[in-house]
Amino acid sequence: MVCNADEGDPGAFMDRSILEGDPHSVIEAMAICGYCICSDTGLVYIRAEYPLAIERLKIAINQAEEYGLLGDDILGTGFSFKIELRYGAGAFVCGEETALIHSMEGLRGEPTVKPPFPSVSGYMGKPTNVNNVETFANIPVIINKGAGWFNKIGTEKSKGTKVFALAGKINNVGLIEVPMGTTLREVIYDIGGGIKDGKEFKSVQTGGPSGGCLTKKFLDTPIDYENLGAAGSMMGSGGMIVMDEDDCMVSIAKFYLEFTLEESCGKCSPCRIGNKRLHEILDKITQGNGDLEDIERLKVLSNVIKDTSLCGLGQSSPNPVLSTIANFENEYLAHVLEGKCPAGQCKSLVHYVINEELCNGCTLCFRNCPVGAITGERRVAHFIDQSLCIKCGVCFEKCKFNAITVN
Amino acid sequence: MDVINLVIDNKPVVVKKGTTILEAAKGIGIHIPTLCYMKLDDLNIENKPGGCRICVVEVDGRRNLAPACCTDVSEGMNVNTHSIRAINARRTVMELILSDHPADCLICAKSGNCDLQNMAHNLGIRKIHYQGEQSHYREDTSPAIIREVDKCIMCRRCEMMCNEVQTVGVLSAINRGFNSVVAPAFEMNLDHSVCTYCGQCVAVCPTGALTEVDETGKVVRALSDSAKTVIVQTAPAVRAALGEEFGYEAGTLVTGKLVAALRRLGFDYVFDTDFAADLTIMEEGTEMLNRLGRHLAGDKEVKLPILTSCCPAWVKFFEHHFPDMKEIPSTARSPQQMFGSIAKTYFADKLGIKREDLVVVSIMPCVAKKYECGRDEFKVNNNPDVDFALTTRELAALIKISNINFRTLPNEEYDNPLGESTGAAVIFGTTGGVIEAAVRTAYELHTKKELPRLNFDELRGMEGIRKATIDFDGTPINIGIAHGLGNARKLLEEIQAGKSEFHAIEIMSCPGGCIGGGGQPYHHGNAEILKKRQRAIYQEDTKKSIRKSHENPYIIQLYKEFLGKPMSEKAHHLLHTAYFDRTE
Amino acid sequence: MPKIKLSENTVQTIKSVCAEFDNKESELINVLHKVQGKLGYLPAEVQEVIAKGLNTSVARVYGVVTFYSYFTMIPRGEFPISICMGTACYVRGAEQVLGEFKRQLKVEVGESTPDGKFSLNCLRCVGACGLAPVVTIGEKVFGRVAPTQVKEIIAEYRQGCASENAKSA
Ligand SMILES: Cc1cc2nc3c(=O)[nH]c(=O)nc-3n(C[C@H](O)[C@H](O)[C@H](O)COP(=O)(O)O)c2cc1C
Ligand code: SF4
Ligand code: SF4
Ligand code: SF4
Ligand code: SF4
Ligand code: FES
Ligand code: FES
Repeated sequence: MVCNADEGDPGAFMDRSILEGDPHSVIEAMAICGYCICSDTGLVYIRAEYPLAIERLKIAINQAEEYGLLGDDILGTGFSFKIELRYGAGAFVCGEETALIHSMEGLRGEPTVKPPFPSVSGYMGKPTNVNNVETFANIPVIINKGAGWFNKIGTEKSKGTKVFALAGKINNVGLIEVPMGTTLREVIYDIGGGIKDGKEFKSVQTGGPSGGCLTKKFLDTPIDYENLGAAGSMMGSGGMIVMDEDDCMVSIAKFYLEFTLEESCGKCSPCRIGNKRLHEILDKITQGNGDLEDIERLKVLSNVIKDTSLCGLGQSSPNPVLSTIANFENEYLAHVLEGKCPAGQCKSLVHYVINEELCNGCTLCFRNCPVGAITGERRVAHFIDQSLCIKCGVCFEKCKFNAITVN
Repeated sequence: MDVINLVIDNKPVVVKKGTTILEAAKGIGIHIPTLCYMKLDDLNIENKPGGCRICVVEVDGRRNLAPACCTDVSEGMNVNTHSIRAINARRTVMELILSDHPADCLICAKSGNCDLQNMAHNLGIRKIHYQGEQSHYREDTSPAIIREVDKCIMCRRCEMMCNEVQTVGVLSAINRGFNSVVAPAFEMNLDHSVCTYCGQCVAVCPTGALTEVDETGKVVRALSDSAKTVIVQTAPAVRAALGEEFGYEAGTLVTGKLVAALRRLGFDYVFDTDFAADLTIMEEGTEMLNRLGRHLAGDKEVKLPILTSCCPAWVKFFEHHFPDMKEIPSTARSPQQMFGSIAKTYFADKLGIKREDLVVVSIMPCVAKKYECGRDEFKVNNNPDVDFALTTRELAALIKISNINFRTLPNEEYDNPLGESTGAAVIFGTTGGVIEAAVRTAYELHTKKELPRLNFDELRGMEGIRKATIDFDGTPINIGIAHGLGNARKLLEEIQAGKSEFHAIEIMSCPGGCIGGGGQPYHHGNAEILKKRQRAIYQEDTKKSIRKSHENPYIIQLYKEFLGKPMSEKAHHLLHTAYFDRTE
Repeated sequence: MPKIKLSENTVQTIKSVCAEFDNKESELINVLHKVQGKLGYLPAEVQEVIAKGLNTSVARVYGVVTFYSYFTMIPRGEFPISICMGTACYVRGAEQVLGEFKRQLKVEVGESTPDGKFSLNCLRCVGACGLAPVVTIGEKVFGRVAPTQVKEIIAEYRQGCASENAKSA
């Protein structure tokens, strides 16, 4: 009996909130599950980066033991169950169940080929059930209110509710729990309060680093497992990051790749080397050095990595690349064909230029430029030497006369 | 349901449950390429990390491709091993691996023998579409092994050998993601680790990441120095494997051509380590009988079982891991070192030259021998008893460089006096051989009777640990045999726990014994090759007219002229050694 | 790697942590957590003691330590100093500033002072290029640092109070 509380997705913190807010729900559920499958031990694999959750979980376990709800012969039923904690140590891939099990065994957190699934051969070679914190937290409510009640919530295939961590360019950020089948529009505009600074919605990324980006045309799609999958994304842990017109989708893909690159365990070659190459190609494109073939290479390589990687990390790591190419191909094309970043995010493709008509030669930018790329004299229009400019944007921020423009 | 029906490349197959797609395909003659996977049947050695992903195949109804080496067949499965999708994926994965690999083939020690190179060729890779940053690591040179880590493809075979088979634990995967690689702790050099130089990592590495230290240049220099007399000794297992480097079927004995080739290379005398193996039996067998005799007479002080000591990797292993037991192994030096010691005294005297002017080269199936001959105990005034140890592979390279057409060489005989040997010495090359040779001599010395038989089948085979009881004319002697250091560890732990029932144990570090040594022609994961070499060794034994070490006339002469008798003071000085605690 | 001699006390601490977990090899990660919690980091010598305590190989311990980003082999000082080596800072003389820190503290990048007060590291752009060259100490950001100021900054931290008059961003 293992509870997966590794929660490695950056930006997702629903498991933490459950463990900090209501640890007893998880403890109760684990005991119930233990009872169902005749297991007498539950292990919680929890990230070491969550000291408060660990603390509270420990207290809750102690309380449960004091009340005789954990331990030997619980409530005179003859059923015994104990819960122990195991700590993660900063490796995203350890959220994958086989890697998690190896990590609990004191090994490098490398996944192994399934089958055998943990339910056949898991921790120390014994059959092991691995479930997520949120899954567990649902159990006591379902048992109390009945399956019929639970089944009424949600859509036909995806039952119940789901917690999302709403973040990004949105007015209200935080955790939300909605019934399955809620549309993205409801989430973003009704609950999330719309896009920050009144900017235009561009995309929402769901499923964390292995998920995909959804565009405007999916705004009215009900969120459930099936629809997200069909749209080229996934539910994953429930991270939801909203992006506006200022976000460059190539950079976003690169950003996610950076994460998978750091977190790949290195065991299988497509993920170890393939993601590195994907990242290099994306980097080349954001530098303005990409060509059409690079986009083709991204697609071919992404599909091979998905097709051949050993574990879920590699099998899904190219999703952000594929889904941004599918939904925002024009942005990729702008980078490689015109050398432009439509969102103005890719530094290499951005030029700061001084509009001579508006510049009154106040020298503020001249004094602030860290690399001395700006020349000019007091009360004479200034000039930026593009070969020296490192595009830090200081001049743009400092200019009081809007004389500096971004191209 | 114990059988599974499936279809592979449109051919129906019936296999046992639990068979992998790879094995099922092999059964019907379909070869699926593999890189990280390796299995040595009968030796219980398997590497199955599922890491390289070269073996992927398409399975109907499955979302992604399946790694054939580690996917079990299931009922009704429909497998396509060469669909466009599978081939494209395989080639792309190969390109990825090559994109992080130096293209050094023209000057790589492994070229021509490299599984990676072969695979790239077989997959028809002509261009690497994905170029980018390559990993770089410091090269590590130890007395025996070179690690060129840039060439590592993370197949993890070496890690498996060093940890699971040898239980030495020097190598481990380190770091994560693109930076992960197999290395010793703290990425220190092998010579700062507990590495035994058994060379089993070298034997299985599919690339040039792990190779032996190349000393052919030094030998050529010695051969061309007219002031030096250069002699050579050849270990028993070499003759059963060298032929493979020249296109002979595995298990072909090439003893005569080996001698001829060495003469062509310019060695002044071509001798045989087998001679020294007979000498080892005299010393070790006598020591064994001494200890046994005292034990049987009720001496409680005497340490039993006695352990063989001819394998240098094994010696280094117990010095690191079982220093408290360093009094148990026989003090007899290995045949290589006995040979060197006798050559630089007895034989140098015969020639009337100083030891400094005599260069002793040995041809060994082993990389640890390179380390062994550099140990301080085996030097006199800083002059080593054995100057250079070349592996079987290095000798093959030297023969090729020297433009000698090996296949057309005549069969020639070893020189005397250090070239004569018995069948007992030949079988030193395989697991179980040393102890069988020792039994042949010890039995006769102990019982003063002639052995009723010479073949001890109960001591032969390939199982990792074997036991047998031999009747020494009324005294039952319990004999244990272990090959592979992991198996040795088990027997040692039994001794430590006071549970060992053995009187004598033979230990060889390499699976199969020296025939499977780290310096032999690469077996590329085919255990059949080892078995064929083993058969060849026993065949050579039966062909010999003398098959008991104590009957070797030149050994008898050596004792008469020079050493006196086994375990004499002189023998002690020249043929025995001491062991050291290496835990600090 | 500079060799450190562990005090007998430290060795005992590590051994008792191993014993707490029954010297079981499978408890390696728990042991590493606990030892790092006590010592702050896991240098090679500590890993050797742990390997012995759990009867496993040092290579395996090292393989695990380098797999998980939570484990570190470098001690962080009480005041971790980071010098930005991003382009803006670099061209504004970050290298000279770094050199001065090295000289004053007598440590290399990635090391700590023997008293454990300061550790020195480099990082990429911290997004304060306008203040280049930038140095961060703990949470605090120092901008426009001149090599001549380095001595002064260190002295202030040595006295136990962070510099109030340094320009913070
Ligand atoms: C790379 C990777 C990371 C994962 N990370 C997590 C995680 O942080 N938390 C989690 O609960 N499941 C994670 N999983 C999913 C687990 O493998 C497993 O499916 C899950 O714990 C099963 O629980 P559930 O069925 O209750 O959702 C991850 C999977 C992969 C492939
Ligand atoms: S896909 Fe990536 S994380 Fe998963 S086993 Fe392969 S290298 Fe490791
Ligand atoms: S290891 Fe193999 S592929 Fe690599 S350079 Fe050497 S021969 Fe070529
Ligand atoms: S030579 Fe043997 S002991 Fe040394 S690293 Fe290789 S396998 Fe391990
Ligand atoms: S060194 Fe050789 S055997 Fe070891 S992992 Fe690398 S390629 Fe494989
Ligand atoms: S041979 Fe199957 S994954 Fe390497
Ligand atoms: S380069 Fe140093 S803060 Fe940006």
